[in-house]
Amino acid sequence: MVETLSIPEKLRRLNWWIVFTILLLTGFGLAVLYSAAGDGGNFQPYAMKQSMRFAVFLVMMLGLATIDLKWWLKTAYPAYGVVLVMLIVVEVFGKVAGGAQRWIDLGIIRLQPSEFMKITIILALARYYHNLPRVYVTSFYHMLPPLAMIGVPVCLVLLQPDLGTSILITCGGVAIMFMSGIRAWLFWAAGAAMAAALPIAWSMMHTYQQKRVMIFMNPEMDPLGSGYHITQSKIAIGSGGIFGKGYLMGTQSHLDFLPEMHTDFVFAMMAEEWGLIGGLFLLTMFSILLGWGLWTALTSRSHFGRLLAMGLNVTIFLYVAINLMMVMGLAPVVGVPLPLLSYGGSAMLTVMIAFGILFSCSLNRDTAMLTEGPNLR
Amino acid sequence: METEADRIRIFSRRALLLGGAQAAVFATLAARMGYLSIFENNRYTLQAEDNRVSIRPILPRRGLILDRKGYPLALNRQDYRLAVVPEEVEDLEATLAAIRQIVPLDEDDLEKVRTQIKRVPGFMPVEVARDIDWQAFTAINVKLPNLSGVQPVQGYNRYYPDGEAVAHVLGYVGAPNEKNIEKDPDPILRLPGFKVGKGGLEETFDKRLRGRAGADRVEVNARGRILRSLGRTEDTPGDPVTLTLDRELQVYSAWRLQGEAASAVVMDVHTGEILSLCSTPAFDPNDFSGGIRTKVWKSLLGDERHPLLNKPLQGLYPPGSTFKMVVTLAALEAGITPKESVVCTGRYMLGNHGFHCWKRGGHGYVDMRRAMFQSCDVWYYDVSRKIGVDAIARMARRFGFGEKFELPLPSQRAGLVPDTEWKRKRYGKAWLTGETLNASIGQGYMQATPLQLAVMTARLASGRTVVPRLIKPEKPIAPARPLGIPEEHLAIVRQAMTDVVNSPEGTARVARIRLPGVTLAGKTGTAQVRRITAAERRSGVLSNNQLPWRYRDHALFVSYAPVEAPRYACAVVVDHGGSGSGAASPMARDILTFALAQERNMDLPQRQTFGPQQAPSAPEATGATGNIGPVAGAEEAAPASSSAAPSAPAAAGEGQVTAAAAGASGGEAAPAPAPDAAAPVPASHGG
Repeated sequence: MVETLSIPEKLRRLNWWIVFTILLLTGFGLAVLYSAAGDGGNFQPYAMKQSMRFAVFLVMMLGLATIDLKWWLKTAYPAYGVVLVMLIVVEVFGKVAGGAQRWIDLGIIRLQPSEFMKITIILALARYYHNLPRVYVTSFYHMLPPLAMIGVPVCLVLLQPDLGTSILITCGGVAIMFMSGIRAWLFWAAGAAMAAALPIAWSMMHTYQQKRVMIFMNPEMDPLGSGYHITQSKIAIGSGGIFGKGYLMGTQSHLDFLPEMHTDFVFAMMAEEWGLIGGLFLLTMFSILLGWGLWTALTSRSHFGRLLAMGLNVTIFLYVAINLMMVMGLAPVVGVPLPLLSYGGSAMLTVMIAFGILFSCSLNRDTAMLTEGPNLR
Repeated sequence: METEADRIRIFSRRALLLGGAQAAVFATLAARMGYLSIFENNRYTLQAEDNRVSIRPILPRRGLILDRKGYPLALNRQDYRLAVVPEEVEDLEATLAAIRQIVPLDEDDLEKVRTQIKRVPGFMPVEVARDIDWQAFTAINVKLPNLSGVQPVQGYNRYYPDGEAVAHVLGYVGAPNEKNIEKDPDPILRLPGFKVGKGGLEETFDKRLRGRAGADRVEVNARGRILRSLGRTEDTPGDPVTLTLDRELQVYSAWRLQGEAASAVVMDVHTGEILSLCSTPAFDPNDFSGGIRTKVWKSLLGDERHPLLNKPLQGLYPPGSTFKMVVTLAALEAGITPKESVVCTGRYMLGNHGFHCWKRGGHGYVDMRRAMFQSCDVWYYDVSRKIGVDAIARMARRFGFGEKFELPLPSQRAGLVPDTEWKRKRYGKAWLTGETLNASIGQGYMQATPLQLAVMTARLASGRTVVPRLIKPEKPIAPARPLGIPEEHLAIVRQAMTDVVNSPEGTARVARIRLPGVTLAGKTGTAQVRRITAAERRSGVLSNNQLPWRYRDHALFVSYAPVEAPRYACAVVVDHGGSGSGAASPMARDILTFALAQERNMDLPQRQTFGPQQAPSAPEATGATGNIGPVAGAEEAAPASSSAAPSAPAAAGEGQVTAAAAGASGGEAAPAPAPDAAAPVPASHGG
């Protein structure tokens, strides 16, 4: 049994190819951040700090990987509760920064509870459906608690307002519900309802968000204003061509035409210098990680493990997909960073936690029964 | 969902579905990226270049305006300027204060900058100072890192070496106004600092003089900061315009007219080429190049001597007695013989109304010849009554009165040749005989410009319908059509004009020319500005000097020389100058003397140079002097000597400065070699 293994033995059993893939991706990201620091490239101010952060998070990820899946099941609700309280605290005492209240300032780091909600919503819902007797899964009544569990944090995050995170939390939660086996037609119905609710959502959006959507539809409408981000990003990617302009040779980035080139638009920065080849490399690396996540979910013998692994897989996927769609002009600019590559601690922390838990799922995938519960075979 | 197996089956199916969806999204992303970077690559590469490369226009140097011998009358002088880009300036007042420590600026200048900044879009540079010296320019360049938004600019300034002497002919240059921009779609007009010609030839030949802008290609970052230069396309200077004016005669005439409100026109009697076209007082067109100061402008506008008016073309005067040649010819054509005579008692009665001769006691017995050279009014009253005003008007038109000539100068006036039909149309009344009498002595409705007087004289001297021209023709022009006036008629008039100056009884003996073997022929005229009342006449007419300036008579003198083989015709009009013989004729004499002396000495060393400055022998940093010498092949002038000065800014400058300095060493700025003993070599036009 896995839970009886020593920590070194657990680490030895990890899929080190996946760890290597993560290292490769992050290393590549650091190289891009080195270039983003200016003409000729520099470790300061991005690459150095980011690599140190990553080192810490890597150790943390490996630590999380050794934690037993049972413990995750146990802490799922408390963790969800703590993060929810933090979200409320942010709403009440949150510090105003950048037009959105997103941080709890703990002095040492500025905590962004909405980031953790992306993980805890999955933990909590996986536990809910793990414990829910099979017969109740399709019952309408038993769908209400998970909907509330998704709805409350999403509303809080929307109030901040942070559209990108709201989407990630909602999609992660809904993905778990979908995987748990509720009626498929409900999703069609929900899709139709959402289409109907779109105008209402539109009216609830902040002006700058509405503008972003409008500009997304037609970036040329405002090439120097809000459309500037998308336009310049597309220019950077398009002008990179197949092989790119060469490392440290990007003009869009080095001449500061590309905004947010070290954070949300790091992919455009990469694409300008590395071209289509660099882009395909990144997509391949992410595909390997996501494929492994999917395999872990499919091969997990516990229901909790299955749902958890798949939920985390979807979360990581959404990060990558939304960011890339945004950067390539296929989605409005909603402020979702590219995990492992974008400069910044929050997103990296979330994704590394997700990978840690995924590793944990992977190690424990042969464990069928986590608790004595109603879900006996 | 009955069993665990069901649950696993559903989970697996849905997980694979999600996995497939993810794969599809990734494939879409890969396709999208491939589309952007392969199919749209060209477009985006272009756009990236567009971002990176900024084109900074280089203003073209304006074409030179040359005199008939190739001397520049208008050229370009290098100057250093400062501009601010409003949107890049952090604190305008602080920036202006900092500039003020280096460049002297008064409150007026600052106010002008402030209002200008409010008017233009934020990215458009606004000029703060121009013509600043080299020390100040380098000082600004050193401080540039702390003065965001300040742009040191090197440019060219239009410069007129002869200043006031050529003001009315050349006009001046100035920033295009809204009307210019509206009328002319050429984007060059929108370039900061670009000047268009205003008034005079600068306006007429603006397009030709303009040239084509060059461009500096520079790499800029998103904030517009220049990182490095990528290449440069030189500007194409405008084409030169060569005039028929003789610079030295022009300057001399202007000098001779100084102190009076006067005009002088010198024409070649055979070709109609205008050698001198002067109007005083004048303005200094150099004051306009950098934008005229309000104070100067107001004083120009308020001056009762009308310095802004181009008097030879725009000033209207009764031709007075200078019109008598035309009346004489009309009389001859009408069959009046030279023997026709009257006894002048100083007064001619028409009904019970007396018309006075200028000479109070009268001339006694007067025939045609005497009537002309003594300018007896009574003879003309008598003759004009016989031939009628229409005959006079017909003859006047043949001499160019009432006509606008094809000259490349804006606003020329036609004057007025009255006749019976004109009066009927204008006033709906019949012509009165008294008016004929007035017209016969060039008074009354009759109005002419000094240019028309010169044209009249040239036609009298040559017997041909010469038309005035100001632009030197490429090839010799064919002689003008004869006037169709019998040579013997003309001979009578010419003889009378010779007598005016040379006969002991002539009215303008002072105008005799003092060159050996040269005789000058002319005719004085005094145009009354106000009527002399009968009461005044009884109490003794006030002499002109006792009247306020603006009521004094205009003094006119038309002349040509040499009599034996006419070369030049000259008309001088002195506003309120008193009598033609006293004020105008000495001027005409001196001007014609200068023209003939100069012509005769063409092969001799240059004796004098008139103008504000003498040509220096060594190049000077100021560049204020120089270029008095002939410019051989206008643009190529002295490239060697010019390279020294403009290379200095390149060393100290940063960013935009260096770019402007590099190729901007055209040549106008550097003094051309001073004219030495050799005769000036006419510029080879068009090459």
